[in-house]
Amino acid sequence: MSAAATQAPPAVPAVQTIPITVDFSGGLEMLFSNRRHHSLDVPAADDEGKKSNIGFLVRHLCSTALKDPRTDLFVLDHHIRPGILVLINDADWELEGEEAYELQPGDNILFVSTLHGG
Amino acid sequence: MAPTLCAMCKTQRALIKRPKNHAKLCKACFITIFEDEVHHTITSSNLFFPGEKVAIGASGGKDSTVLASVLKTLNERHGYGLDLVLLSIDEGIKGYRDDSLETVKRNALQYEMPLKIVGYDELYGWTMDQVVETIGKKGNCTYCGVFRRQALDRGAKMLGIKHVVTGHNADDVAETVLMNLLRGDLSRLSRSTSIVTGDSGSEVKRSKPLKYSYEKEIVLYAHHKKLDYFSTECIYSPEAFRGSARSLIKQLERVRPSAILDIVRSGEDMSRLVPRESSSSCGGCKTTPVASAPAVEDDIGGCGSRNGRTPGGEMAAMDKQLIENEAYERLEIDVASTMARNKATQNEKPKDIPIRNGGSKAATRQVLGNCKRCGYMSSHDICQACTLLEGLNKNRPQIQI
Repeated sequence: MSAAATQAPPAVPAVQTIPITVDFSGGLEMLFSNRRHHSLDVPAADDEGKKSNIGFLVRHLCSTALKDPRTDLFVLDHHIRPGILVLINDADWELEGEEAYELQPGDNILFVSTLHGG
Repeated sequence: MAPTLCAMCKTQRALIKRPKNHAKLCKACFITIFEDEVHHTITSSNLFFPGEKVAIGASGGKDSTVLASVLKTLNERHGYGLDLVLLSIDEGIKGYRDDSLETVKRNALQYEMPLKIVGYDELYGWTMDQVVETIGKKGNCTYCGVFRRQALDRGAKMLGIKHVVTGHNADDVAETVLMNLLRGDLSRLSRSTSIVTGDSGSEVKRSKPLKYSYEKEIVLYAHHKKLDYFSTECIYSPEAFRGSARSLIKQLERVRPSAILDIVRSGEDMSRLVPRESSSSCGGCKTTPVASAPAVEDDIGGCGSRNGRTPGGEMAAMDKQLIENEAYERLEIDVASTMARNKATQNEKPKDIPIRNGGSKAATRQVLGNCKRCGYMSSHDICQACTLLEGLNKNRPQIQI
């Protein structure tokens, strides 16, 4: 829906989507069409016009890529389920501002579940 | 945001924030300190002796893969002189174990360790798939857990090995502490916190060198060292009591990351309050081998980190529970009276309680013997596995005819 809105007016900033890669591992790939690696173009801004951050990415993934009905294995109460690690370009997201981290072109975001057995 | 620099080397970019102390570290320093801490755990608890043959209980999952990798590294770096072998159990669950066993086979090549796989079918004449076919999905984890515990010991025996290490981590221990706390099972709580279970009285000793390692760090270690591990959920796994305890631990970690190690330490402290068998039962039974209960009964709930101890409806489990309850009821009184005695006699020094039970056995009245059927170490006439098998075998004709 926002794609149609952002395509037309040339006044909006040049970049309307941000190319990033997203990886799932530790069992999470099961929820995302059994694919570990995903290349995506995510909207550069959320519905309120703010720059897209990790919090937005998670919502975006839930509405576009999460095909499995067991969404609570990925998101609980609208936040990443505790026990899932998020790495932003290989760095713990706790070092990068967690959900508030604003996406940059070329970023790699890795979601790893620690919840599965060993 | 300018990248944060590593708190140790002060040159590289920090990529890891440690849950235990919030230290921000780069990849290389994190890997070093993770290994150093496991080394410290091993040396401070005298886990191994030079020349010891040690079997690593390997599932192909993150914990056992990291354990194998770290032990290989430390064995070479510090000259432990260990003879390391991978020991895997094939429960016979199609679509689950097949793939993870492939991972273990690759690990055996990567780490240049011999691999032994023992199957439930050869040990018990039943695969888990067949068990589930017979009893249904409810409660099957009890079977799997009882069978696995023996299977690891038997596999080790086949290899002539007396020490099995498992990948249980701090999160697993914290989870078990919480579960036993919530069950009011102080006796098992005490045992579950020991780094070594099973002692001279049992044939195979077990230990968990990753006991103080956060699951988060284990996953990060595997990630940054690019270890080859397999992750999937057991297809029969229920989200039972253990699952809830697990979620709770993870939520606590989110709010207060040190909580996990704090629970482990609290568990250790509480275990010191549990009277040992010498103080709770007959005074003169020093020579009687007392069941090293951990080796026989712990972790009954199955795969440690995953499966719940299901309150299924089987009679066997129920019977066992009743027997245990009786035993523990007596212990409760013992705890109370011991504490009261302590209070009365040494009012001024409340801290003067038994210190560090280390690997020693916890309070138990069960006496170690051997199963009359299979000869395996057991505190009952017939061991748990044989009891369960009896029930299964009774049902078998109905299914096969």
